[in-house]
Amino acid sequence: MSRNPATILEERNKRQRPQSGPDAVIEVEDLVTHYGDRMILQGVSMEVREKEIMVIMGGSGSGKSTLLRHLMALENKTSGTMRILGYDIDKISRKEFLEVRKKLGVAFQSGALFSSMTVGDNIMLPLYEHTDLDPLTMEIMARMKLEVVELSGFEDLMPSELSGGMIKRAAFARAIVMDPRVLFCDEPSAGLDPVVASALDDLILDMRDAMGMSIVVVTHELDSAFKIADRITILDRGKILMIGTVEEVLKSKSDRVQALLNRTPEEDVMDPDEYLDRLVGESNPGTAHL
Amino acid sequence: MAERKLSKMERVEDVGRTTVAFVESVGNGGILVAESIYWLLFGVRERQPVRLSAVIHQMMEIGVRAIPIIFMLTGTIGVMLAIQGIHTLRIFGAESRVTIGIAFSVVREFAPLITGILVAGRSGSALAARIGTMKINQEIDALKVMGINPTRFLVVPALLAMLVMVPALTLFGIFTGLFAAGLYVNADLGISLAAYAHDTIDILSLDDLGHGLGKSVIFAILIAVIGVVNGAGVQGGAEGVGTATTRAVVQSISAIIVTDMLFAFVATR
Repeated sequence: MSRNPATILEERNKRQRPQSGPDAVIEVEDLVTHYGDRMILQGVSMEVREKEIMVIMGGSGSGKSTLLRHLMALENKTSGTMRILGYDIDKISRKEFLEVRKKLGVAFQSGALFSSMTVGDNIMLPLYEHTDLDPLTMEIMARMKLEVVELSGFEDLMPSELSGGMIKRAAFARAIVMDPRVLFCDEPSAGLDPVVASALDDLILDMRDAMGMSIVVVTHELDSAFKIADRITILDRGKILMIGTVEEVLKSKSDRVQALLNRTPEEDVMDPDEYLDRLVGESNPGTAHL
Repeated sequence: MAERKLSKMERVEDVGRTTVAFVESVGNGGILVAESIYWLLFGVRERQPVRLSAVIHQMMEIGVRAIPIIFMLTGTIGVMLAIQGIHTLRIFGAESRVTIGIAFSVVREFAPLITGILVAGRSGSALAARIGTMKINQEIDALKVMGINPTRFLVVPALLAMLVMVPALTLFGIFTGLFAAGLYVNADLGISLAAYAHDTIDILSLDDLGHGLGKSVIFAILIAVIGVVNGAGVQGGAEGVGTATTRAVVQSISAIIVTDMLFAFVATR
């Protein structure tokens, strides 16, 4: 489906967007990572600025989820440098690392709410673990965050009693309960109907505007990306294809970028002999068993 | 699809991979225990103390809720030992000496073994399933990003609860087994419960009790570590959790039986 850049930009301009700060909250330089022998990220360099919404896009297997896990300091890299909130994560002490972690929030694709706890307990958990607040104050703070994500009154329910959209909103509430400086969202609108997905996009914009946090979103939903992004990073086979504003991306002359925007599948030209070898398998003892 | 016949080289590779995986699991278990001790000792200093409420919750799950099944099975084993003992000793006309066999068997062997196997099946599997499910649902990642150490938050409470509750359940199993056997002996041989209790206390020493309870402490560590290592190693979705849970139970029970044999060998030398 081809998108009209003018319409997309007009839609975006309906909402006033705050200016992102000049300072980078996350800086990645020449990041290389492997899973076993396979190279997943091949020299990725990027930065996320203060108060900006950075959307990471790319096709399946492009490495966007792996990049997100690196940005959250959940993976070990092969090489490269990474600074989160000014700290080089290779040189950081354990104590500093914990302090950095307290300033990060994450809303995973599945929500990742703890199924054995109520929604309220899930949201209060970071407060309970990292602050000395009394239980009543924690409850009030949890209710406030639930109000932000329009889930007030649901604090006593178990996650299994919530719908998919509600789980994602509850995950947002937990992610922002410590007022993080950086919020990570993994496929926030995946698997949701368009109305709920659009409401979540608005929520992301509201949270950035109201709380001034930097937000990193991984998504493959183009409508959502164009609506919320200040800048977009496009990954392709573990490499950065381009980083730019929505306007720059829409006007990009790159065939790969346009193919991604127009959802055109990549032509996969395969050598017939290689294909036959792969099917037969036995000719190459090193390949996986059929 | 028909399974392809493996070449000799591939078989050797398979053995090598399995060996490496086993050594890796043992290593992971060791690291887990070391990490757990670290958080237990230095958690407060790191401002991440082990929560007593979490330990008590685990103790309820592992210990208190297991009381009925431990009561039933150790009682049954006690009666079974009494039946077999009387039947065997009757051949020599020495059935009144059955108390010796019952006392040693229950205290040194059956109560710790049955309790260990039951806890492995009940709580070891639950631990593996819980951690495995949390892993595939990204709950472990969520904990890490929140700055909450998963070992301190999930493993230490379970390990501590096991360390307290498995010996406690074993002690309970010892009393239940001995009592149930006493009831049978009373009914079959007409030996009064008081005389049976007197004989049992006379025969048993603190060493025997220490033997049984000492074993149960090792079983507790094995069940917790094997459950966590299998849960943390889950790959794939629900099927992976099922596989890890089954593997945790099989490995725990095997480890308990082998350890029991080694313990008996060392302790009786």
